[in-house]
Amino acid sequence: MAAKSKHVVDFEHIKSTMSDPYKKPVQVIDENGKIVNQELFDRFSDDELVTLMEKMVWERALHEQTMNFSRQGRLGFYAPTFGEEASEMGIAHAMKKQDYLFPAYRDLPQLIQHGATVKEGFLWSKGHYQCYDYVRRGVRAWIPQIIIGAQYVQCAGAALGIKKNDEKDTVAYVFTGDGGTSQGDFYEGINFASSFQAPAVFFVQNNGWAISVPRKTQTAAETLAQKGVASGVPGVQVDGMDILATYLVAKDARDFAASGNGPVLVETLTYRFGAHSSAGDDPSRYRTKEEEKPWFDRDPLIRLRKVLTDKKLWDQEKEDKLVAQYKDQFKQDMKDAEAAPKQKVSDFLKHTFEVPTPDVAAQIKEFEAKESK
Amino acid sequence: MAKLTYIKAITDGLDQVLQDDPKTLIFGEDVGKNGGVFRTTVGLQDKYGTDRVFDTPLAESGILGLSIGLALTGWRPIPEIQFMGFTMEAVDSIGGQMSRNRFRMSGDVSMPITIRTPFGGGTHTAELHGDSLENLFVGIPGLRVVTPANPYDAKGMVISAVENNDPVLFMENLKLYRSMKDEVPDGHYTVPLDKAKVVREGSDITIVAYSAEVNEALKVADKLEKENISVEVIDLRSLSPIDTETIFNSIDKTHKVVVAQEAQKMAGVGAQVASAIAEDDIMSLDAPIGRVSAPDSVFPFAMAENDWLPNADDIEAKVREILNY
Repeated sequence: MAAKSKHVVDFEHIKSTMSDPYKKPVQVIDENGKIVNQELFDRFSDDELVTLMEKMVWERALHEQTMNFSRQGRLGFYAPTFGEEASEMGIAHAMKKQDYLFPAYRDLPQLIQHGATVKEGFLWSKGHYQCYDYVRRGVRAWIPQIIIGAQYVQCAGAALGIKKNDEKDTVAYVFTGDGGTSQGDFYEGINFASSFQAPAVFFVQNNGWAISVPRKTQTAAETLAQKGVASGVPGVQVDGMDILATYLVAKDARDFAASGNGPVLVETLTYRFGAHSSAGDDPSRYRTKEEEKPWFDRDPLIRLRKVLTDKKLWDQEKEDKLVAQYKDQFKQDMKDAEAAPKQKVSDFLKHTFEVPTPDVAAQIKEFEAKESK
Repeated sequence: MAKLTYIKAITDGLDQVLQDDPKTLIFGEDVGKNGGVFRTTVGLQDKYGTDRVFDTPLAESGILGLSIGLALTGWRPIPEIQFMGFTMEAVDSIGGQMSRNRFRMSGDVSMPITIRTPFGGGTHTAELHGDSLENLFVGIPGLRVVTPANPYDAKGMVISAVENNDPVLFMENLKLYRSMKDEVPDGHYTVPLDKAKVVREGSDITIVAYSAEVNEALKVADKLEKENISVEVIDLRSLSPIDTETIFNSIDKTHKVVVAQEAQKMAGVGAQVASAIAEDDIMSLDAPIGRVSAPDSVFPFAMAENDWLPNADDIEAKVREILNY
């Protein structure tokens, strides 16, 4: 039993029994900043606690600055991450450099943590080919997926590729939201990875809303974690507003998959504080202040800030300084993004096939002539 | 050199690429132990093992999504979609994902995926088994769509498709699988993916066709030869891109053309051939462009297939109409 207690979640047990895999979300600190699991809390050093707080502050600052840029008309499509900092940074903190990441469009912060730059994030939003330079640099991450669910089947493929390449201590990470669990590709992805016992870690960030459609409309299933059960994939829920719990569960999930035990499904319970996207979505059309209030009270920064302040590891001045420092950097990143070269249609054509087809070759010439004027 | 059926030629080609490149993988529904529902992959799992040739769960989007992830991790996937009608389940993986990845990555990421899929009418099978769906796919940038019409091309083109670093939709004609034999060289050889072929030379009129319609066109050419009408037949082989050069060279000589396809008429391959001629070589013609296709209904109930599919009689009638214009 002693060996087992090292795990926060006993995925092995869940997998072998598939019983009650989801009833009690893992939590370390509650919304009042009270440590509810001292044993788990004690696993973190002071430095780690501060690092996790800094990452959440960084993500919140990135969100705020991005919204500013968005209002100034300096960005294109942007999916706000406000409220999901514990979920996103907790999971990202458990990733290793050699892991493959399959993000969706709300997962730019994790993508940046994995090796993309903020400038590339801005370029993705604005629509410029240099947004994917991180792939060229060898960062093991794919595109922020737009077609909800597609990243899940591709993750299963990468996980199988990892297994076939016999790469040790390596997994494929993938994210979707609550709405994404309704897609056929969601099931195909977890089931394929399960069939091949491939090292995939499937995350569902359940933020309550798929644009205007609430979680309860997606499914009558009690949890989204239990959706793994039918595929033979152990699933677990975690308090996605508690970065300590999220990190520990993500790390366990990763360890389990990386050790050749097959895929895992983790549902983080979080909340989209803001709109679906910067493109005119207005949450007041479909949800009430009464619904939002308890979730705002669960703000992941509030609870860790309180714990760290009590431990004299954090204060408002330090946070304000950090935020200012991050935002200054983001402003520079935006300037760099705005200095990206003008894109050429002839380049797009050149990148359509490895060897341009005759029609495409003719169109390359046509556009090069236009572009040289 | 051996006389092989169309299907055996494909098996031979797949055997060759599995042997040549240890990164090639064949997978899909029933392709492993069973060797595919048509036995196209028969014997390959025994020869190369379950790591290289394996069955997957039954889900087409999953199969092609898997292909993308495998390609990203350095593999060269050769997935099978059991019937072309089933590609409907996987349109995002094809048109929304794999075909865009080179473009997304400015040329730095390849998706060397060959999707093999059987299609074509005349075998009286269940719904969505015989449909010619190429018209849906030829408009997708970054995707090659090819289909051989004989065993020699079948082997050479499947090898070329697998060796190509872009996604290729490789359409295999169901009716041709076992209905034709041809001399097929042993070992490795390739047939280009983007070149049409003049399969019969002639001087009075050109028929542009592909897949099973090539054989129908050849029957017409044989018949009209007895009336001293000389018909040139072109097998497109590649449906995207279309080798217009070969077509233009032919009509510069014959000045008349009929474009034949088994798919429905709306948009697609025949329409693209006709518009390319109209755009760039119309002055070579001394009669309108003739088109032979299936009508624009849904692919028919099996018992009515023969009434619906365009055949040699339809092509002959259209050829005579254009000759007598």
